[in-house]
Amino acid sequence: MTMPFYSSVDQLLRDRSELARKGISRGRSVVVMTYADGVLFVAENHSTALHKVSEIYDRIGFAAVGRYNEFEGLRTAGIRLADSRGYSYDRVDVTGRWLANTYAQFMGTAFIEQQKPFEAEICVAEVGDTAAGDQLYRITYDGSITDEPEFVVMGGTTEPISTKLKDTYSTGLELAAAIGVAVEGLQAAPAPGSGNGSAGEARTLGVSALEIAILDRSRSRRTFRRLEGPVLRELLPAANRASDEPTPGGEVAGGDEAPAGGVAS
Amino acid sequence: MEFRQQGTPGLFSGQPPVGPGPVGHESAFRALGETSFTNYLAATQPHLLPGRLPEHATRAQASGPEALGVPHGTTIVALQFAEGVVIAGDRRATAGNVIAQRDIEKIFITDSHSAVGIAGSAGIAIEMVRLYSVELEHYEKIEGVVMSLDGKANRLAGMVRGNLGAAMQGFVVVPLFAGYDLDQPDPAKAGRIITYDATGGRYEEHLGYHSVGSGSVFAKSSMKKLHSTSADLATTVRTAIEALYDAADDDTATGGPDTIRKIYPIVVSITGPEGAVRRPKDEIAAVVDQVVAGRTEKPAG
Repeated sequence: MTMPFYSSVDQLLRDRSELARKGISRGRSVVVMTYADGVLFVAENHSTALHKVSEIYDRIGFAAVGRYNEFEGLRTAGIRLADSRGYSYDRVDVTGRWLANTYAQFMGTAFIEQQKPFEAEICVAEVGDTAAGDQLYRITYDGSITDEPEFVVMGGTTEPISTKLKDTYSTGLELAAAIGVAVEGLQAAPAPGSGNGSAGEARTLGVSALEIAILDRSRSRRTFRRLEGPVLRELLPAANRASDEPTPGGEVAGGDEAPAGGVAS
Repeated sequence: MEFRQQGTPGLFSGQPPVGPGPVGHESAFRALGETSFTNYLAATQPHLLPGRLPEHATRAQASGPEALGVPHGTTIVALQFAEGVVIAGDRRATAGNVIAQRDIEKIFITDSHSAVGIAGSAGIAIEMVRLYSVELEHYEKIEGVVMSLDGKANRLAGMVRGNLGAAMQGFVVVPLFAGYDLDQPDPAKAGRIITYDATGGRYEEHLGYHSVGSGSVFAKSSMKKLHSTSADLATTVRTAIEALYDAADDDTATGGPDTIRKIYPIVVSITGPEGAVRRPKDEIAAVVDQVVAGRTEKPAG
């Protein structure tokens, strides 16, 4: 790449950070949390085809926010790496810590070396044999990695959700209770595109607006399972069971809600 | 190489293309649109593929399974029935005239609705099935849907073909594929059996039963007389064990049920609602006892 004018490294990194942060905050949010029997992923996602949550390996799951093509590339790379390692070593040698580190290395390098950083933030979650072994790693656009013991909130407007979860979350929740806490957390954020984060009208997210999956400690090999349709409806808080409105007309159901660079709208 | 990235999206450009040779994790991030784990492995770590000879092992040096004394798997049977398909195998592996292992397992559940039985060079075959299971799971995780049954059958054909070099030196692997076709609404037609030859030729068995391995001639004759595709699960499991008994009766390389050591054939049933299930040992022990009791009365069955 050619740089016609001098710009300080400091300035360059700040610009890239700003671009990445803007991209990530445009979408809808994802909550990942530990519960009694493993790890719970709850994403606000109207699409049934373009997922934000995925299985990576036997005990490892993945959640992402930001630009779809970018985190989809990260997701498939993670599956390839995990399958390669499990095939050449053994299935138990594929760990969340290793995968999270690999992602951090790659995203960190891209942030420094590439013209444009990843506009994506991901969470690698691993379910342990006991609740003490559950791990949630958050990896941000610049390769920063954090190990969060209880819950991770990513994408969209995170502050109201984090604030709400700090009050309502506790360790060792049963599945239905944990889903209730996560969904109420997501509802605390304003709908994307509904103005500048002003309180706005209360939202009720139903089955069709949620993508929910778990890493279930009690399952023997592949622990990842999606919760969909009637099974999910039974687990939602009573107020959310009835709500099942289709995607508002004209809006995209999932994937990217704005073009790269975010010039439009 | 079909595996290289298509187009040059900004994030990934300026890096060398994926190619053979030692590579770090970078290649995983650049294999755009690739859903096959085998292709990925072939492009990045080809030495891990089953049946691949080390570079210095020339054809002249390679002297076949007899000289190396590697174990050989023997008889596998598969039977289609009213609710799906059953696949079963004996437990013996041989190396020349010696029993290499009495309790080898040659039937593998490869995903929720398929299983593969292997005959031939055991080491390569087991490695091939291990890669095949990863291949199916890999596709399912990346695509978010299960591969079609014909897709599964073709992927296995590709792997057998990949082993042709080793097969020509005597290390032949002959899998037998049994699967339940989830796209087929009629359970009586959903169970399918597919066989292969060493060149990767893929043949669907429409008669409802098939067998591979050294005792297959005897097992097939047995199933020809006993098996009906409209049978229920219990009857089909019994027929499979009768066929393996007949194979062991006439083929030295096939092991009969070992009632002294409690080693029984491995039987896997694949049906729509339950998927691929390895039948529990107690259930098989009971069927074996019936078969042995029957043969005590009338040795020819």
